[in-house]
Amino acid sequence: MRNRLWIRQFLDRGFQAVVILLALLTVLPLFLILGYVLKNGLGAMNWELLTHLPKPVGETGGGLLHALVGTLMLVSLALLFSVPLGILAGIYLAEHQHTRLSYWMSLCIDILQGIPSIVIGIIAYIWVVMPLHHFSALSGGVALAIMMLPMTVKATEETLKRIPRALKEAALALGAPYHTTILQVVLPAGLSGIMTGILLGVARIAGETAPLLFTAFGSPFLNFSPLRPVDALPLLIFNYAMSPYPDWHRIAWGASVLLIAMVLGLNLLARWVIRRWKVQF
Amino acid sequence: MSASGSNQWKDRLFRGLLWWAGLTMIFLAIGIFVSLVHQSWPAIRSLGTRFLTGRTWNPVSGQFGALPFVAGTLLTSVISLVLAIPFALSIALFLGEYFRTGPIAGLFKSLTELLAGIPSVIYGFWGLFVLVPWIRALELRIGAPPYGVGILTASLILTVMIIPYAASIARDVIDLVPQHLKEGAYALGATRFEVIRKVILPFARSGILAGIFLAFGRALGETMAVTMVIGNRNLLPKTLFDPGNTMASVIANEFTEAAGRLYLSALIEIGLLLFLITLVFHILGKWVIQRMQVPGES
Repeated sequence: MRNRLWIRQFLDRGFQAVVILLALLTVLPLFLILGYVLKNGLGAMNWELLTHLPKPVGETGGGLLHALVGTLMLVSLALLFSVPLGILAGIYLAEHQHTRLSYWMSLCIDILQGIPSIVIGIIAYIWVVMPLHHFSALSGGVALAIMMLPMTVKATEETLKRIPRALKEAALALGAPYHTTILQVVLPAGLSGIMTGILLGVARIAGETAPLLFTAFGSPFLNFSPLRPVDALPLLIFNYAMSPYPDWHRIAWGASVLLIAMVLGLNLLARWVIRRWKVQF
Repeated sequence: MSASGSNQWKDRLFRGLLWWAGLTMIFLAIGIFVSLVHQSWPAIRSLGTRFLTGRTWNPVSGQFGALPFVAGTLLTSVISLVLAIPFALSIALFLGEYFRTGPIAGLFKSLTELLAGIPSVIYGFWGLFVLVPWIRALELRIGAPPYGVGILTASLILTVMIIPYAASIARDVIDLVPQHLKEGAYALGATRFEVIRKVILPFARSGILAGIFLAFGRALGETMAVTMVIGNRNLLPKTLFDPGNTMASVIANEFTEAAGRLYLSALIEIGLLLFLITLVFHILGKWVIQRMQVPGES
């Protein structure tokens, strides 16, 4: 009997050790990747990188201003298309729970969320690039908007569902019309949750490459027109990483540091918004 | 009176707007499916089942057999899933049972979130410059052809990428295990290992399965990192060290170069196939999770 107890305790300790070991091993790649990116990228980081356009192959130096502008344009377009629509759809779902129509809507949102990013690129190609006959920032924005839409809808729906009914009923009882109640009472109370969802969504799409490959396409020129191709940070990293030129690799490592900093910054901002603006009931 | 009249009108407009916004989601999902089918129709009509069974992908001679890509996708996804499960479960147990609160839990939660937040293209970039040389050294040592890139390299990168995703779902499910069940087992003298094996895991089984489905769906559709380290060879891989291609990576590589209607259509058909396979696992996973959460909420 004493012997069996010993085995049980041994198994318990052993299992705990394995779990802790594997958990530690899981975060090891994070440090390997971050360390390597920082080691190569921080050296490439300078003012020229942020403020100059790329130079022709063979000349050292040059920057990625065009990709920064492009990423900013693509994210703005995606926000423009997805945020108003996503919030409205989210309100509908929060207001109509357990109806047949909202069940189908939720299912379709799940489907949209599960579509591989490369397939979303194909869709934006079919819907925007094919009719216009050329690649454009617009098509990239549409692709990113489709990726972001389900996240915005879910964030809005989940946030508004948690807001107490009493708040809405009080506004209606005071004689406020339905749209005033929703837009000026319910929505502001859930603003922090929705904002957080949107910020996390932006962090996701800002790093996406696959949907941009054949929509935004990439371009070495500074361009502000939504109807022409633009570069983006992740797209530039991909194209430069696959090139044989060491100087382009250096710029790509610099771009990687920028991209990771951007994603991390947005995540931290999202956490801050939740803490700072959370409405307590 | 006119004020309330205009309010009624605005209310109707607002409700209509909400309804249409919600309906747009359904139109979008259906529209995506219809567009994919419509654009891949030329390939579906002229290739038929040869598309699924053909082993040769040669756009120049007009042969479009997608089997090598389907095999590449399934191989990399299954290998990465098998490798990821023990790690994901460990992280989930670590955060959901061993260290539920406190600074260590907070740190590990942030670290895994960060791991999930790194863009795919950076995983690929790192893989290309660090992991590929490692694998090449390994291949030289064991006498395999030293490509460096290939199915194994892609699977390893995928493993690291899907662990945080599977782990966060598994942790949420492990969190749902009622405290009184665990306390009951402890009161009977069970060790923590026995509580995990006989109480927590059986209770969380279907949720963990859902997490596995969702992670698998993610692995199937992952594009950039895989494209950068798989070697992009359009042949059926014979060993794990062979270069190959997945459905997503062949689209990423060839889409902009696809000259000719049938070529483009065949690539879009690969996209349609990928969409459908991913859909099955994604919806299955979501469905299981939803069924789990209903009793917990009421």
